[in-house]
Amino acid sequence: MNPTMIPIPSAWILYLSAVLFVIGAIGVLLRRNGISIFLALELMLNSANLAFASFAFRFAGASATAAHALNGQIFIFFIIAVAAAEAAVGLALFIAMYRRKETIDVDRFNILRW
Amino acid sequence: MHAALIQFIVIPVVKIAVILGVVLLVVAYLTFAERKILAYMQVRLGPNRVGPKGWLQPIADGLKLFVKEDLIPAKAEKAVFLLAPAMIMIPALLAFSVIPFAPATKLFGLLPKAIPPYVTDINIALLFVLGISSIGVYGIILGGWSSNNKFSLMGGLRSAAQMVSYEVPMGFAIIAVLLMARSLSLVQIVKAQQAAHLWFFVPGILALGIYFICGVAETNRNPFDLPEAESELVAGFHTEYSGMKFAFFFLAEYTNMLVVSSLATIMFFGGWLRPFPNVAWLSFLGVVPPVIWFAVKVAGFIFVYMWFRGTFPRYRFDQLMQVGWKWLIPLSLANLVIVGAGVLLVKG
Amino acid sequence: MAFLSAHFVAIVFYVLAVLAVAGGVGVITFKNPVHSALSLLGTFLMVAGLFVLRHAEFLGAVQLLVYAGGIMVLFLFVIMLVNVRRLSPDAAFLSRRAPLAVLSGVVFGALIAFGVLAGSLGHPGGGATALQMVQGHVMGNTEAVGWTLYRHFLVPFEIVSVVLLVAMIGAIIFGRKDAGLEGRGGRMEP
Repeated sequence: MNPTMIPIPSAWILYLSAVLFVIGAIGVLLRRNGISIFLALELMLNSANLAFASFAFRFAGASATAAHALNGQIFIFFIIAVAAAEAAVGLALFIAMYRRKETIDVDRFNILRW
Repeated sequence: MHAALIQFIVIPVVKIAVILGVVLLVVAYLTFAERKILAYMQVRLGPNRVGPKGWLQPIADGLKLFVKEDLIPAKAEKAVFLLAPAMIMIPALLAFSVIPFAPATKLFGLLPKAIPPYVTDINIALLFVLGISSIGVYGIILGGWSSNNKFSLMGGLRSAAQMVSYEVPMGFAIIAVLLMARSLSLVQIVKAQQAAHLWFFVPGILALGIYFICGVAETNRNPFDLPEAESELVAGFHTEYSGMKFAFFFLAEYTNMLVVSSLATIMFFGGWLRPFPNVAWLSFLGVVPPVIWFAVKVAGFIFVYMWFRGTFPRYRFDQLMQVGWKWLIPLSLANLVIVGAGVLLVKG
Repeated sequence: MAFLSAHFVAIVFYVLAVLAVAGGVGVITFKNPVHSALSLLGTFLMVAGLFVLRHAEFLGAVQLLVYAGGIMVLFLFVIMLVNVRRLSPDAAFLSRRAPLAVLSGVVFGALIAFGVLAGSLGHPGGGATALQMVQGHVMGNTEAVGWTLYRHFLVPFEIVSVVLLVAMIGAIIFGRKDAGLEGRGGRMEP
């Protein structure tokens, strides 16, 4: 990076991550379409990734923590892998549900409630 | 201050403008080349009316598509319908930002110091190109979906399944190159081939085959042109498109061919290097500028594309999936193991 | 020009952040799931850019490749298969307890923001070199991630591969024609 550039505080990215997480959380609570809920969930995962990236960069700057700073990025790697697995299973589940009920409105999947 | 302005604004903008212009011109003439080559394969003449021997045909085609009426179907999802052509064209062109077609040059002494003619060299270039080209599939899916047309939707769904499936063996084939070059930077890959005294297609012949087959599938070209199979799906995902938006889909296909061919050249055929770059008595080949060597190699791959189109029948969709999942993926994995073992043995 | 080059990182951050938040808002406000998915795709691309800004170049590319190129395509594929246009979108848009959802979200966000504030992360700190270090040599982010992954996280890596395998098998089983139809004369295999 060009040394004349002024870096930005880690807090900015963390705030952004918080905002994205909250948007995702509201989406999960708000929407009734199963696939939309899933999309909001992915948004939450991504905001967590963003926080991890920010912390990794932050800890890489301090000599006490630099040796393990990369672990944050490794964590993102695993989150992405698990998110892929989750998306595959979840979407297959929604297809199966749609076949059964002709809808993906999650409020209609209440057969376990009574 | 002024130096910074030139270094960070002027030079990149000039490079981008030149590369964009050249790529679009080459793409326009690829359509002409394809029609001519197919014509000769089928013992026809091909386009020969506009200009001398038909050489102005692409210009005429472009003009025609530009002034044609631009229809938007009444029941189409309008915003997405407009977005789709851009979403296929932009990734295709973005890939050229990291493709190195010649080493740093002084442009025959015109420049005070050597500057690289390509836009940039990033250390994740290969992943970047893969990622960017996987964005291109959205244009096809969304174009197919937003047209509100059965055939378009079928084409879009087919292409989604096809491109996601063929990305996997393509990635594995590329990892084999990665093992040999030990870098994701395309410039470093070319330099590694110079240092190894060997173009990577020799140890990576299987990887090359897998890569190119997947490349053909990724660009939806014959024999994998199921998303736009004209005899079953009218024109597939771009059935409802007309005028300039259709031209975008059309040009994006050729641009993607160019990207796949350029990558194949860089990864397997030494990029801009002349044949046998380290054999002294062949140094007279060095009078040909590197960019010409690059263009010749790319043209070879493009010709193979057109050759395929002229000779192969189209696969059925289940056959396509079988080739991808049951043959190419295991084969590419086996290739990875073999190449990895080879690299370990040679380099220790 | 001097201002531009000095505050380059900040400007890039603001552009990416605003677009990412706009995409996020789009995800939960668009009624059509395809529009939501596209909006999320935009956010993913912006987040990939932010990864690069935080010197996670490899993960930026992986984000592009896996999230944008794989997962979102899968989503769109399923949305089109399920053919959401036929669902009545107005009836099934929002949950009945929408104000409560928004309120709890905002409170939760405030809590996180408070945590960030308390964490004294306000001053610009951080370094790129430790993220590119392989055994004491500065090589590159990809090399560093690869090295750490295969040296220190080999077992988790293998476990994740098993997770992916299980997910793949699970998806295939759920996706079978007779899955979920036991009650309607479909059959369940032992």
